[in-house]
This record gives sequence, structure tokens and C-alpha cells, in this order.
Amino acid sequence: MRINVSHKGAEMEAIEDKPVIAVLELIVNNHPGVMSHICGLFSRRAYNLEGIICIPLGGGLTSKMWLQVNEELKLEQIIKQVQKLPDVLNVIKHGEGHPVFAEVAALV
Amino acid sequence: MNTMNGAQLIIKLLERQSIERIAGIPGGANLPMYDALCRSTAIQHILCRHEQGAGFVAQGIARSTGRAAVCFATSGPGATNVLTAIADAYLDSIPVVCITGQVASSLIGTDAFQEVDTYGMSIPITKHNFLVRTVEELLTIIPKAFELALSGRPGPVLIDVPKDVQAAQISFEQWPDPGVRKDENPANIEALRAAADMINRAKRPILCLGGGIIHAGAAGEAKIFAEKGGIPSTMTLMGLGSLPANHPLALGMLGMHAARSTNMALQDCDLFISAGARFDDRATGKIAEFCPGANVIHMDIDPSEVSKLKTAHIALVGDVKASLKVLIPLLAENDRTAWCKQIGLLKEMYPMTSPGAIVPEKPYGLILKIAELLEEGSFVSTDVGKHQMWVAQVFPFERSRQLLTSGGLGTMGFGLPAAIGAALAHPDKQVVLFTGDGSLQMNIQELSTAIEQQVNVKIIVLNNNSLGLVRQQQNLFYNKNIFASDFQIDIDFVMIAKGFGMKAMNVEPGCDLPALLKTMLAEPGPCLINVPIGREEEVYPMVPPGASNSVMLGGCNADKCES
Repeated sequence: MRINVSHKGAEMEAIEDKPVIAVLELIVNNHPGVMSHICGLFSRRAYNLEGIICIPLGGGLTSKMWLQVNEELKLEQIIKQVQKLPDVLNVIKHGEGHPVFAEVAALV
Repeated sequence: MNTMNGAQLIIKLLERQSIERIAGIPGGANLPMYDALCRSTAIQHILCRHEQGAGFVAQGIARSTGRAAVCFATSGPGATNVLTAIADAYLDSIPVVCITGQVASSLIGTDAFQEVDTYGMSIPITKHNFLVRTVEELLTIIPKAFELALSGRPGPVLIDVPKDVQAAQISFEQWPDPGVRKDENPANIEALRAAADMINRAKRPILCLGGGIIHAGAAGEAKIFAEKGGIPSTMTLMGLGSLPANHPLALGMLGMHAARSTNMALQDCDLFISAGARFDDRATGKIAEFCPGANVIHMDIDPSEVSKLKTAHIALVGDVKASLKVLIPLLAENDRTAWCKQIGLLKEMYPMTSPGAIVPEKPYGLILKIAELLEEGSFVSTDVGKHQMWVAQVFPFERSRQLLTSGGLGTMGFGLPAAIGAALAHPDKQVVLFTGDGSLQMNIQELSTAIEQQVNVKIIVLNNNSLGLVRQQQNLFYNKNIFASDFQIDIDFVMIAKGFGMKAMNVEPGCDLPALLKTMLAEPGPCLINVPIGREEEVYPMVPPGASNSVMLGGCNADKCES
């Protein structure tokens, strides 16, 4: 099953055929600029980001974010770049399937 | 209990960071900060004439001292103007803290007067940035900004402060500690041992010293390392000065405008040790053909640089100074006589200059003459273009931080304000700016700042009345179709400088150039000299953009080259 959460317009159909390589699970500081920092990193370094889910944690000072990434060769480089962002507190790498996307996809 | 407003708090926190100078321009949205700054006795304000100039003055201070420097700009156009200088600092990893005024929080997002999304625009060109939402946050954000700017791989940090946050009152008990560079560790010891073993077994290693060596203050260690292992050492543009140019193992710059012998040696090396360098395309040429037969050891404090462009056989992630200290005792003493002799022969066969090129009337000769006349401890700033590459090729740099140049971003207009910054930070030293007529015109308004501050900056305009490097590429790669790169009018730079109140002189045909240069360097305060240079003077050798470093055009004895 191919799962896509935030689609990028016209690319949607093409995405259906591409496997999701990995899901990155991040803990980030929760403030209005964090999403820009993460998305900006992916767009300016030309990394394929297929899906994002983000929810605030506990007291709201931090958030948890899951990123669906479609890059095989660049994956290690992506993780290093994400870890460099001062607002990113932790990064965990998962394989392709992650229940969070499956459950959200069921709602779409 | 300390009570003050946000603007006063910012200035106090900057004083506690030992900031002595702030370059900037006031405007509506940062006026509270200027009101607070005018009461500071510890901080001198340097009024620039364009915010980009202010950003580069801060860079000049930071690059020449290694300490973080600060610039101020107002919201809207002030912020957009300063961003080029911030992007430049990002590409060259320079610790600059830029504090911009922003419209009041209640107006953000309403297209208020002089409102732009400074935070959003600065994300991709800063190491980190902040939009301050409450006055209390300043107590953590300002020290954190300095810690981030200085730690690990340095870089610029931008802090956007809405006007109401500057005006808001705050009371607090305890001052935060100033932000400082965090201590960094050497690379993993097992990896260091493996690296030492690989180096000891290498027959034809080359060491490449990048800007990271200078940021880490590791030039001393690099020299001992190279000498103990008998390892010929090249430098990136940002690394020039880390090994003295006249050192027997020094190969000068690598890449697009390297000495032919340096690129040839790199093609033949069996081990490439990159120390604080990042495999920029101007240095490596076509990356797939760079050092084709070599193993790669990559030392960098930024893990994301290692294997970004060329896969490293051994990755040494950590502080390069600490790593070199561990490596030195593990290194076998070795003269590498055969390899050094082979490179010596290449150097003899393909010298950078010829006797005809080093007369003072020619670019190389002029640069060498000035190097000869300069006092010890002087600084050299350049702009971007042919003059920059000629300086990089032949100026005998002998210490870290001696050269201030825009490497990664290649920003024309960098040189003059950066030279002013270096001169402000080192009032007892000579600062020479090599610039071109194209570059100087990009921040020419800072002549005014130079006069106002009476800085000891000597400006040498290598004037070919064109955008020389663009012209050279059109000449070589666009069928000699010279378009939009030759200026159609002659500018009288001497008259312009005099108009700003600066002493200035022209080099006339047949004049005694060395005597004129001596007079100029002896003048107190800033001074400009305009030197006409032939348009046809090109920068050679040159690797065509996108080609392998083994493909070089021009330079001495190019015809004797087999490839």
C-alpha cells in the first residue's frame, strides 16, 4: 500500500509508484518557525519529502514529527542535515512502513 | 533586581559578550536599540552607508579576529539589504550575529510599513535564526546566538526583534552567562588510528587545508603534521595562509585557478587528506575525476560535510585541531623524497609566474611588490574577480586570517567593508584591499565609512574597466562574444574617492610605481590608488567550469603539457 499524507499537487500520481524508503521520527522544539526550517531544508537541498505528520507533545514545548522520505542514496546525508538543525532534539530512523501514516491514511 | 526595556537588555547582553563594535544603520523598527546603544560606553557604533556594508564590516571583524561580530539593520529593506552579507558568512562559516528590527508583533503579517518576513527569508542562509516573541526570551536567545555562531562549524545567526519587544519592560534577578564556543572533541580514536595507518602506508599523499583549519586555530598542528609526514600540502581559497606560501611543502591553492603543478600532483596522489575543507566544485573540478586514484581521509567538524560529495574512506568527524594533535604522534617520520622530488620537478616545469609577468606594471608584479612593501602582521582583503584570483595565486600569505576574501558566495562588494572591519579591529595594522573596478562599484558608498572612521585601509583598484572574469569566460567559452562585461564609460575613481574626502592617486604610464606605492602605504588613514590593467590580462591556468582539474587552459609552459 502506498501512503501519502501531504501531497505535492501534480506529483501525486507519480508518487503512487515510488516506494517510500524511510520514515524519520523527530522530536522538535514547538514554535511557529520549525515547520519552515524542516520543509525549507528538504526543498533547498532537493530531497524528496512525501509526507509530514506533526503533533504537539505534553506541555506543548516540543512536538513529534514523522517525515516520509523517498531518497535512498541521500538518506544518510538527509539525517545528518536534519540532526544539524538546532530545533531538532532527536531523530529516529524507521523503515518504510509506519503505523502513524497508515492510520492517518485511513481517515483520508 | 534588574529592570530595563528589551532594547537596553540587548545592548547589555552584547556588552557582556565583550562586543566592542557594532556596524549598522538605524531605521524605524530598530530605533529603541539605537536609543539604548547611544548610552553604551563599551560599544562603538560604526555607521555604514548600506546594510550590506554593515554586514561585511562585521565579517571583517570576525574574519580577522576569529571572534563573533555584530551588525544591526532595521526591518524591511534594511533586513533584505543585509541578507547578502549574511549568506556570504554562511557559505564561509563566519560567526556573525545579525540583529534586525521588526515591526511590532501586533502588525506582523499585515503588510505593515517596512515589513518583510525576515525570519522566513533568513532560514536558508543562517546557521540558525530567531524571531523573538517576548522580552524574556532575549535572556536565553542572545547568549544562545553567540554559542551557536561560534561552536562546531561557525556560522551566522540572525535575531529578528519586533519593536514592541524592544520597548517592553523586563525585571529579572540573574544575568545569563555569555554564550561561548563549546569545547569540541577529536575524532573517534579507532578512526584516527586507521587514518594514521593509511597515511603511513601512502606513497603519494597530499594534505588539503581548508578554512576549517583557520577557524579551529589549527595551522600550527597542520604544519607539524605535514612536516613530520613529509606531506605536500595544498590549500583551498579559504585555507590560504594556514601554511606559509614559501614553505617547501606548500603547493598553493588547488582547483580552477591553481598552479598547473598542483592540479597535476593531485591527479597523481594515492591519498587525499582533506582537513577542514568541503570539496567545493571550484576546488575539485568535475568531482568524479578528482584525485582519481586516491583514498580519501576527510576531517571535518560538520558530519554532514563528510561524504557529501566524495565518499571518504575514513571519516574523522571532530575538531580538526584536536584530531591533528592525536594524529601527529601516530605518524611515522618520513621525507617522502621521491614524491616531493616529483612535485618539485612539476613546480619547476610549470611555474605560476614568468619573469615577464612579475614586473610591477603587470598584475602579478604589482601584487608581489605590495607584499614586499607591507609591514609584518598586515591584512589583505580582496573583492571578487580576476584581482582576487591573482592575489590568491601569488601573494605570499604566511599566517591564518591574513587573507579576507569571499570564497563560497563570491560576493563582489565584499572587499571594502571587510577591509574596514579588519582595520577597526586592528587599528595598529596595515590593511590592503585589492579590488577591481567592477567590485568596488558594488559597495563604493562605504568609502564614506572608511573616511568617517579614518581607518588604515589602502585600496588598490586593478582597473580593467570591465567585469574581468565574466569577460574571460565569454572570451574562452562563448565564442569571444563579449557582451555586457565591458563598461562603456571610464570612471575617474580618483575623483570619486576625493569627492568622499579620501586621498587618491592615479598610476600614469611611465611613473615610478614602486615609489608611488611606498608613498601611498605611508599615508595615514585611508587612501586609494587606481592602477590601469589591460583588459586582455587573463587569469591562467584555468579549468573550464564543469571540467576535470586535469583539463587546464593557459599558464606558463602550457604547451609542454602532454595531456
